[in-house]
Amino acid sequence: MSTQLLKVSGISKSFPGVQALQDVQFELNRGEVLTLVGENGAGKSSLMKILSGIYAKDAGTIVLEGTEVHIDSPRTAQQLGISIIHQEMNLMSHLTVAQNIYIGREPRTMGFVNERKLNKQTDELLTRLGIHLRARQSVGELTVAHQQMVEIAKALSFDAKVLIMDEPTSALTDSETETLFHLIAGLKASGTGIIYISHRMEELRRIADRVTVLRDGRYIGSLDKGEIDIPTVIEMMVGRHIEEGARPEAREHADDDVVLKVENLGTRRLLKDINFELKRGEILGFAGLMGAGRTEVARAIIGADPSEGSTITVQGKQVRISQPADAVAHGIGYLSEDRKALGLLLERDVNTNILLASLKDYTGPLGFMRPGKGKQKSRGYVESLRIKTPSIQQITKNLSGGNQQKVVIAKWLARDCDILIFDEPTRGIDVGAKEEIYRLLNDLVAQGKSIIMISSELPEVLRLSHRIVVMAGGRITGILNNEDASQAKIMDYATNMGDEKE
Amino acid sequence: MNASPVIDKNPTTGGSAPAKSGGALTFLRAKLQQSLAFGTLIVLVVFFSIASNNFFSWSNISSILLATAVIGILALGTTFVIITGGIDLSIGTGMTLAAVMTGIFLVNMELPLIVGVLGGLLTGCLMGFINGVNIAILKLPPFIATLAMMLIAQGLALVISGVRPIYFSGVEGFKNIALGTLIPGLPNAVLILFLLAIVAYLLLSKTLFGRYTFAIGSNEEATRLSGVNTRKWLIVVYTVAGLFTGFAGVVIAARLDSAQPQIGVGYELQAIAAVIIGGTSLLGGRGSIMGTVIGALIMSVLINGLRIMSIQTEWQNVVVGVVILIAVFTDTLRQRRSVS
Repeated sequence: MSTQLLKVSGISKSFPGVQALQDVQFELNRGEVLTLVGENGAGKSSLMKILSGIYAKDAGTIVLEGTEVHIDSPRTAQQLGISIIHQEMNLMSHLTVAQNIYIGREPRTMGFVNERKLNKQTDELLTRLGIHLRARQSVGELTVAHQQMVEIAKALSFDAKVLIMDEPTSALTDSETETLFHLIAGLKASGTGIIYISHRMEELRRIADRVTVLRDGRYIGSLDKGEIDIPTVIEMMVGRHIEEGARPEAREHADDDVVLKVENLGTRRLLKDINFELKRGEILGFAGLMGAGRTEVARAIIGADPSEGSTITVQGKQVRISQPADAVAHGIGYLSEDRKALGLLLERDVNTNILLASLKDYTGPLGFMRPGKGKQKSRGYVESLRIKTPSIQQITKNLSGGNQQKVVIAKWLARDCDILIFDEPTRGIDVGAKEEIYRLLNDLVAQGKSIIMISSELPEVLRLSHRIVVMAGGRITGILNNEDASQAKIMDYATNMGDEKE
Repeated sequence: MNASPVIDKNPTTGGSAPAKSGGALTFLRAKLQQSLAFGTLIVLVVFFSIASNNFFSWSNISSILLATAVIGILALGTTFVIITGGIDLSIGTGMTLAAVMTGIFLVNMELPLIVGVLGGLLTGCLMGFINGVNIAILKLPPFIATLAMMLIAQGLALVISGVRPIYFSGVEGFKNIALGTLIPGLPNAVLILFLLAIVAYLLLSKTLFGRYTFAIGSNEEATRLSGVNTRKWLIVVYTVAGLFTGFAGVVIAARLDSAQPQIGVGYELQAIAAVIIGGTSLLGGRGSIMGTVIGALIMSVLINGLRIMSIQTEWQNVVVGVVILIAVFTDTLRQRRSVS
């Protein structure tokens, strides 16, 4: 039998308005770790979802052990021996290890679950895999790494020939990662082919037998073990010819006042030792890969999540922020990446949404509203931000993404916040509206507002930010001036390759 | 410059076509549940008037209104809670405890009438406040927090009263709170219901408190991130519901001229049913005081009408249950249609 296990070629997949994958290919051999890398949105997850039967492909062929297969559901994928371990875990924390692994496939005697047999076969499986867990342990009591082991055991209990791991180490500590690598080595030895998705370059060197790079939904190339060289990989990820797009004009007042100073910000789960300053009239970009902790920084600053031991200074005064209301009182507004769930009251009208943060300004004695004054203000913002809506009574749900985003911006302008934190300001917004949002951000800083902009799109970060904070693994790995920054350099820091802060 | 045609094109595809008619449509939709409930009420009144000669007389209408007063007052308060997406199960027995405390203040302690009544109202507020703290600060689910309060209030009412009714016979004027007629022919209890309905309407529609109540029910997290102190406002919402519970306690005590420690259970569900029939969504974010008043009237008209037609009490519950199912079903149907 040949060593080739899986050969995928010509895969294309489009979603309404987006070409997620175009003519993508890769090969996987027995007992090999193939590492799949690419920026956020490069198409890695879509490709893996096609392999595991969650999405249907538009075109292309999948050949497993020499025969072409049609994967039309997750169940088919499992029967073919393709198992996936998702980034977020799907375990039931109140059940035991054994119950989790064999859920839906419990051995039965006369209709009753045979608990003893279930535990016995689980213990056998765990021993075979060299995982030191017991079948009767409750999953909720395990560490994240051990829960990951349970996921792996579950995936392999289907006699998987191909095991897909989507960023398995993102929640693991260093020693837990070692345990995982040890297990992977064992699986390789037994002939399982592993597709390993990771953002971490140092892991590539450790475990990859081959690297396949995707960019913008296309296949860029593959490197064999001998050829793997991190700078080359990064170059492939961001594109050989990085277009030098528009950059912001150099700020003349580099020594402007600091409006926000964050020191020693940390959270129990992820963030460590976050220190930075935001200057008046500046757009400070936050770059980093998914899970680097950028949104967490924003949420910790505004008091939406608890933080530990931080000192926050606004306009030179040290402040205590324990809930978003405190942040707003100090003039800090947060525009969530999840506009629909966290930014808007979708079922209510534009007027209500624009005034939500500043309702108190339109309240008379005894708490009675003065709707006239508020409506006038709303109409003013609809006009000045060019929000396309037939009236301010329109239900916000009916607006396009770009106009919804403008409603959120209007909300914070109405509250007169000096510091605005934009989390993925152009996510889900079409190109034309994007340009308009960019213009708006530039106008805002020109008026003396200060902006923190979290974005996963590097061209966007480079185009707008005066300075760029790069994060990886819950820490700041670099702060760059726009003049010194490039896509490759940012990726460098974002993948933890940067040596020291500049 | 080349960007602007793109921008101009975008909104026409994005919004204005469905939107232009959307303004009027949304308005109609918002009114529909109310008019549906109102229509149902009219149909019921006409039906019972034809079915029985005794139904459409002033004395019967007056007794329907009197029967609506207590449930109606409870329903008004709990409308706020339900609009935030919460639930308050403690209003029934809470009402009983407020009545018992009023009795203690007026009969046992012989305090002046106004002080005793205020004491009853405060009892309600205090229970609501504790509910609010448990829900907003301790993050207990509203169902659990108010279920516990329901049991606590029930137990306290029994303990404090010694499981005996407290009679107000010696308290001058107390009975008149419910049964006196400031407006000839109309019991004061009904007057109180209408006055409280107006207050509740103003609170919900015209004040900051009302806006935040809707905002929390629409999307609590988005409201919190907008800098609204949602914890504080939730406590206020439950305290207001408690205040209405206090009013219901005083009114029922005055109507019965006694504080009956063993009643109360079941009132909360009737009040919630009235709110739901009136078109307030259990999921939060949507509701009206007008709807609640109509919902409460539908319930009492139904029960009164069935009684006048000599239909057994047992069947009355069945009918009310079916009406709730129909009301909620038409509501979900309407929602589904508005989504597609």
